[in-house]
Amino acid sequence: MIGPVVKSNLSCEPEAAAARGHAAATMKTRSLFTAPPCLRIAMLALWLILLAAAPTMAQVAVRGETIYTMAGPAVKNGVVIIRDGKIAEVGPAASIKIPSGFKTLSARVVTPGLIDARSVVGLSGYLNQPQDQSQLERSSPIQPELRAIDAYDAQEKLVEWLREHGITTIHTGHAPGALVSGQTMIVKTHGKTVDQATLVQTAMIAVTLGRAGLGQDNKPPGTPSKMVAMLRAELLKAKDYEAKRASAAEDRRPARDLRMETLVRALKGELPLLVNAHRATDIITALRLAKEFNLKIVLDGASEAYLVVDQIKAANVPVILHPTMYRAVGETENLSLETAATLRRAGVPVALQGGYETYVPKTRVVLFEAAIAAANGLSLEEALGLVTIDAARILGIAGRVGSLEAGKDADLALFDGDPFEYTSHVTGVIIDGQVVSQTVR
Amino acid sequence: MRSALAIAVMLLCAASARAQEKAQAYIGAQIISISGPVIADGVLVVQGGKITAVGPRRSTTIPAGAERFDMSGKTIMPGLVDTHSHIGGGSGGDASAPIQPDVRILDSFNVRDTSLKRAQAGGITTVNVMPGSGHLLSGQTLYLKLKNGRTIDDLLIRDAAGRIAGGIKMANGTNSIRQPPFPGTRAKSAALVREQYVKAQDYRDKIARAAGNPEKMPARDLALEALVDALEGKRVVHFHTHRHDDILTALRLAKEFNLRVVLHHVSEGWKVADEIARAKAPASIIVIDSPGGKLEAVNLSPQTGAVLERAGVLVGFHTDDYITDSRFFLRSAALAVRAGMSRDKALYGLTMAGALMLDLGDRVGSLEAGKDADFIVLSGDPLSVYTKVLQTYVEGVKVFDRDNAQDHLYAVGGYGAGRDQHAHLDCFDGDEEAWR
Repeated sequence: MIGPVVKSNLSCEPEAAAARGHAAATMKTRSLFTAPPCLRIAMLALWLILLAAAPTMAQVAVRGETIYTMAGPAVKNGVVIIRDGKIAEVGPAASIKIPSGFKTLSARVVTPGLIDARSVVGLSGYLNQPQDQSQLERSSPIQPELRAIDAYDAQEKLVEWLREHGITTIHTGHAPGALVSGQTMIVKTHGKTVDQATLVQTAMIAVTLGRAGLGQDNKPPGTPSKMVAMLRAELLKAKDYEAKRASAAEDRRPARDLRMETLVRALKGELPLLVNAHRATDIITALRLAKEFNLKIVLDGASEAYLVVDQIKAANVPVILHPTMYRAVGETENLSLETAATLRRAGVPVALQGGYETYVPKTRVVLFEAAIAAANGLSLEEALGLVTIDAARILGIAGRVGSLEAGKDADLALFDGDPFEYTSHVTGVIIDGQVVSQTVR
Repeated sequence: MRSALAIAVMLLCAASARAQEKAQAYIGAQIISISGPVIADGVLVVQGGKITAVGPRRSTTIPAGAERFDMSGKTIMPGLVDTHSHIGGGSGGDASAPIQPDVRILDSFNVRDTSLKRAQAGGITTVNVMPGSGHLLSGQTLYLKLKNGRTIDDLLIRDAAGRIAGGIKMANGTNSIRQPPFPGTRAKSAALVREQYVKAQDYRDKIARAAGNPEKMPARDLALEALVDALEGKRVVHFHTHRHDDILTALRLAKEFNLRVVLHHVSEGWKVADEIARAKAPASIIVIDSPGGKLEAVNLSPQTGAVLERAGVLVGFHTDDYITDSRFFLRSAALAVRAGMSRDKALYGLTMAGALMLDLGDRVGSLEAGKDADFIVLSGDPLSVYTKVLQTYVEGVKVFDRDNAQDHLYAVGGYGAGRDQHAHLDCFDGDEEAWR
């Protein structure tokens, strides 16, 4: 907040502009008091900015009346010690001494930073105008080569909205709506650029089965069966490509093909397919495809998963379930508020998503979605798992985030009450040890 | 076998009809009457579809022979009033013109649509069903009681003169800006609306000048008739409006034509709260989980309810179902409280404020002797995520019971929850399929 105030004090604008460019270099040789007036103001500005930033760079301790670590029973009257962006220690306040000089925050309830396991935020913006909608390319039905990193806007307002609601990590990327719409990535909801935000550059390949993935304007695929036929053909092509790249003599090797390269990574099990399927029929189709090509898949949406729980469990496939309050229309007409509980009870790994919708609300907040799951068959900690540790495991990032354990990234959400109660608030958010929000939401 | 079943069903129907004649006493619940202080250990007495008594158990007489229901541990509050919904699959105006006051939801409403069951499951007992916002004026809205009706007539609300209750739906801003014959700009939108209301004034004046002489009466004009109702305050104008300048335009039009207007959505209402308060216009707000999704809603704020409340505006809520799901209507008020609205005004907003906005304040919106017996039974605090709507009553008849398997399906979803509901067996003995 200091920045704009100082800027308005820079009355000698042309000189100051030059000074800003050299401020860092000249700081070494000139003191604040010997520099020319305009430069002096610029240096003061820089010093103030550094001062303002300093508390967020400092070591942090968080006291919580209840700390849900998600790595064991909740800690009553506990403390989380954060050093250099990582969690150093978690435990009862009685046995942990907060070192002097640590910035200390307090909250009724502390949880790991929340994870939205499937979003399009950052590719899709809140304006919902063509210029901020980069989540779906319709020029061709199969485009696994489209990278999320080339479209993610780290400064999108919706990212801030999620961050202020305690969501610190999102698995975002290309939307459902084309047979293979592109790649997904995992970001922290902090950082000015995509590079600063990125946790995993390429996480999965987004696939849509069912009617949502049909071609537009009579373009193929025109039926669900055709979708599967096209996808199988493409995977066979990728197998062939891989074989030729590996074995053919150098001069006869096929030219590099980005699309094939990406699918080869899926065939090798390096990249899971994130298969959006709502109807039970389409879920079974996804499992059949996974078996045929020995693919790793993660089910996305999965409204009717409760009808085929045994098959999903037998295939050992995790589910990133639709938002609990998703609209029950068309292919999702049979969704249930209790599906998360049903899957969890059956032992299927399950996480929740903010998902994607084309209209208001522009994005759903997984904190709210988990709350409804908590009110429909899950305990508070089970529901919290859907948006923390279980999500992290499904996304393959549990070594970094999802629970409050020594050595993990210091991503925390602070609340003034039961995190799921409608009338509770998020009071603070920490990402990589930095207090990134103290907005009360 | 079939005839035996039919007889059994008839007997059941007769029994339930009789039950309505007998007094029913709901005893031991916390009662949030809205019109008075919360009663910790209360009694609600209902007879013939009306409330006959509400009060603390120790001081409220339960009529001899009343059917008694133990409600201890539960919370009872008035049935919720949703001031703006699109349940029932109704339609409004078509693409032929931007202003179509002659078109009625009445003529296109499916009482068996599953969305009505979800609304009952959400505790909604009175609803204003509206045509959409893609027109400057998309038609006549319908105020309904969410009874389990066989036809739309069973759900209608009529005044003493037998008039069907409903309002007029209007909209400004971008939704109604489209290709011709729709307007291309905001100013054109307002001009088109003014033109029609001026016509309606002329029409009204001609009728007045005719003084009952059929020779001098203008030919009946269904569109102008409806607008005259609005001019005379017989129909409330429900005005979809988001941006602060559009809100002011709606108020300007209301002033010019003396329209009784309820502002709907008011995403930027927080910017012009004092102006809304000065115009004494009620505001029905929608609570959405994130801003944006359309340009007019980018400045949507969770604080709108709180800001309008502080300015002295009458604040109600709506689901705009399918924008938000009717089952989560209580949540809308709870999120407004999260963002600073007072608990009392939020509960008032779900009930009495809505009733006032629909001119039904003397019949619904609070639990008071003489009012319709529209109430809901909750498992706990109305603003808690963990609270369930257990039962919903309209005019003394239970229309939703969470313990009933079919009702439970509508409440939580599941296979078949999205299909049009089946006809209700309790007062009907025909072939179920025929009633889909």
